[in-house]
Amino acid sequence: MIERSKTVDMNDAFPPFPGAEHEQLLPQLVAHLREHRTRLRQEWAARIQDSHLLQAMTPQEMAAETTSVYDNYVEVLETGSVEALQHYARDLSERIIPRGVETHEVVGIVLLLRDVLARSLFEKYQGDFPLLNTVLDAYEPAANRIANTVAVSFVDERERVIRQQQDSIRELSTPVLPVRERLLILPIIGVLDTERARQLTEQLLSGIRTHRAKVVVIDITGAPDVDEAVANHLVRTVDASRLMGASVIITGLSPKIAQTLVTIGVDLSKMNTIGDLQGGLEEAERLLGFTVSRRSETPE
Amino acid sequence: MDTSLALVSILRQGSYLIASIHTALDDSQLLRFQRDLIRDIGVHRSDGVIIDVAALDVLDSFGSRTLRNIAEMARLRGAETIIVGIQADVAFAMVELGMDTGSVSTALDLEDGLAHLGRRGRHAGPR
Repeated sequence: MIERSKTVDMNDAFPPFPGAEHEQLLPQLVAHLREHRTRLRQEWAARIQDSHLLQAMTPQEMAAETTSVYDNYVEVLETGSVEALQHYARDLSERIIPRGVETHEVVGIVLLLRDVLARSLFEKYQGDFPLLNTVLDAYEPAANRIANTVAVSFVDERERVIRQQQDSIRELSTPVLPVRERLLILPIIGVLDTERARQLTEQLLSGIRTHRAKVVVIDITGAPDVDEAVANHLVRTVDASRLMGASVIITGLSPKIAQTLVTIGVDLSKMNTIGDLQGGLEEAERLLGFTVSRRSETPE
Repeated sequence: MDTSLALVSILRQGSYLIASIHTALDDSQLLRFQRDLIRDIGVHRSDGVIIDVAALDVLDSFGSRTLRNIAEMARLRGAETIIVGIQADVAFAMVELGMDTGSVSTALDLEDGLAHLGRRGRHAGPR
């Protein structure tokens, strides 16, 4: 087909339209959508309302976003290039993801717009069935492609946010804090995966040497759960610390973790565990020979 | 004897023996070290032994078993053993491989090892 080479230039992935009459049809279609912009946009907004989508947004925001989505939509139909839409969708996702908008909502509104516009085309061309078919031939691939682009951009943006959060959690990592002479605290916040557990061991063992620690309190109040590999890794870390001359006190074992440890049969006989961090610190101070007493309340 | 002296030094410090291992030992060197150390406990009438392994960046299963055996034999000869200076990597590798020093005491470094024996000495009273 001769027309093919022309369309391919514009956008490689864009499916070429199989007929010369489409080249006149699309501008016609776009003109129609522009002409009835207000009515169709309102119809669309009403259907979004009916489907209870985007309820996290105020009506004003909705109006603003639907208008720009509509304009972008028509523009893609006109130019056949989704690049601008991609940018817009990513931008939009960036704004609405923190508001708690879900993937199904974003895909839902774009599909609704597709349907609203399709209906208006049915209405316009209902008298001429073959023409309607050709119009739909032109419209449908473009519309599907738009829906696809928006969904992919949204998911991409979401994944980017998740990756970013994972990175910042990893950076927070596991600080080794000296609280008294030769006493270290290791608060563990968040999920302990194998990688973090490995990092923790490394930091703990080198911390023991740098701070000449005799007692280490590992507080896992902030860890929601551990799996078998991580539990065993913790036990090995405790053993290795002992080999370096430091005793380890583990505090803040949640009922869930305690249950996990017992169920998977981790050998806990050598583990010194104490209910909470306060108790752990008191025990550590006792081991190190510190006594902490409140200063007399009476002024000098 | 000459070779083992170059690799390991056994010093007397009061009623303690301080044995420093300077480099990785092969099996026969380890056994010679064990023999010398156990003999020296009797010679010097020592009641405490500190084995310093800070210079070792690897300790195999035979090595850790020998250290455990030394501690056990020393106990039978009237001396408590403490192993000091196990490096972080070594410690974790030992645990990973399922080796451990059993009931032998460990301490961070020589200073801590001496303090540990000193504390025990106070409780046990003079010999």
